[in-house]
Amino acid sequence: MPRTIAKLVLAAALLGPAATGRAAEAGTPAAGPAGGREKLVQAETPPFSEGIFPCSSCHGDLPKNGARRELAFHDEQQSIFSHDPEHLWCLDCHDLQDRDVLHLINGTKVPFAESYRLCGQCHGDKLRDWRLGIHGKRIGQWDGAKVYFLCVNCHNPHSPRFKGVTNVVVEGKATVAPSLEFLKPEPRPRRPEEQRR
Amino acid sequence: MSSRRWPAGEDGEGAPRPAGPVQVEELAAGRRSFLRTAAAGAAVAALSGCGDSLEDFFRRRFKELSPEEVARVLERVERRNKERFGKDTTVRADGARPGVEFGYGLDISRCVGCRRCVYACVKENNQSREHPQIHWIQVLEMEKDHGVDLAHADLYYEADAVPRPGKFYFPVQCQQCRNPPCVKTCPTQATWKEPDGIVVIDYDWCIGCRCCMSACPYGARHFNWAVPTLPPEELNPDQHYLGNRPRPKGVVEKCTFCIQRTRRGRYPACVEICPVGARKFGNLLDPESEIRKVMETKRVFIFKEDLATHPQFYYFYAT
Repeated sequence: MPRTIAKLVLAAALLGPAATGRAAEAGTPAAGPAGGREKLVQAETPPFSEGIFPCSSCHGDLPKNGARRELAFHDEQQSIFSHDPEHLWCLDCHDLQDRDVLHLINGTKVPFAESYRLCGQCHGDKLRDWRLGIHGKRIGQWDGAKVYFLCVNCHNPHSPRFKGVTNVVVEGKATVAPSLEFLKPEPRPRRPEEQRR
Repeated sequence: MSSRRWPAGEDGEGAPRPAGPVQVEELAAGRRSFLRTAAAGAAVAALSGCGDSLEDFFRRRFKELSPEEVARVLERVERRNKERFGKDTTVRADGARPGVEFGYGLDISRCVGCRRCVYACVKENNQSREHPQIHWIQVLEMEKDHGVDLAHADLYYEADAVPRPGKFYFPVQCQQCRNPPCVKTCPTQATWKEPDGIVVIDYDWCIGCRCCMSACPYGARHFNWAVPTLPPEELNPDQHYLGNRPRPKGVVEKCTFCIQRTRRGRYPACVEICPVGARKFGNLLDPESEIRKVMETKRVFIFKEDLATHPQFYYFYAT
């Protein structure tokens, strides 16, 4: 009997992480960060660079070359690329076969709107905090429906260190997009001697 | 007197405000009856033509008012807003919800010192814009080499871009203490702690003695040295009696966790504006709330913990 219990416990321990992992992967955007106890709404994803998406509109006709190399094109991404450039390059995240999606390390294809699954592969601690609402920002109701922002609303995936964000409108909805410039602070308060008496 | 001014007796320039040296609850009744009888004649003479002011003058404590009386008071504030700003406003007095104790977390490892919160707060809470300029949030720039040290803090930093190298940023606002020195020191009991933890002020009872300001170790209370300058077009019409309703001259004001928003379930304005998501807010009694997750998983500390003020405002490092 104790052996059965031990087996069960072992099975649960083994299944546990796998099960949660699957649940996380299958997570629709609405069930993204938290357990779904309260209503969570995903913010609009930031806009792509103009005219760049869908990628297949160009890449559909191009030969597929998976060899790591300097590209003759996509200069605006290459010039700013600072996401561990020693080890990473385009096809570590972008999918060679289907250019309009991303892929995980295990090959699972992931739409751009769920890129947090991709980020979480390396930045697991941030993903965990983000699901709890500790990392990143939420707006709306503290006791009810809230909007959460995605990694890419604040971090440019090609240059991920946080610099600043700008307010943008995507499909009529206000959201934020990462900027490459640092924020300028608002004016300092007046010193007491500068206040009129 | 301009039309934006408060009626006589409200801004401290008309009839004297009820400023008796009353410190003990039992004396309150005596004070009232004294005012009703002895001062009534003079007050009536001074305030004739100001029906609202007269009613305010003899008004009981906010917590003692019946629901009907509260409704009348709110109506009066709305009417006065209309006179002063020419705008329709909604003044509410939502009470604390049972089972709610607010907690606020500020991530020191994320704040970049952009001061967006300062001005979002000013706008949301109808603070005086200039002369006097009142900011409920004060962002301090500190040296990484010194850590949290007020001897090496700069409130007036200016920069083209933040964060500056070698610096970190430490916003300070009302810490909503569980053991609030400001409440203990108020001679008229014009300020008190609500059941959900928000320390509020009834501006009609504040006599402007500023004892609370000297008692507060966080510099979180601010005084209206003059009639607040608040352009009518910038008035936030969504108001709470104990929060962001426009203040007269000569009263103290402070952060209320945006009582007009949070009592209705919304996040405070500073939480929603923060571009880095450094500000966390929620119910400390709800184990699933963001603030509880912060408390349970991050390195949390209390500002000036040695003073035993027991704040409901926590600083933490997420990294």
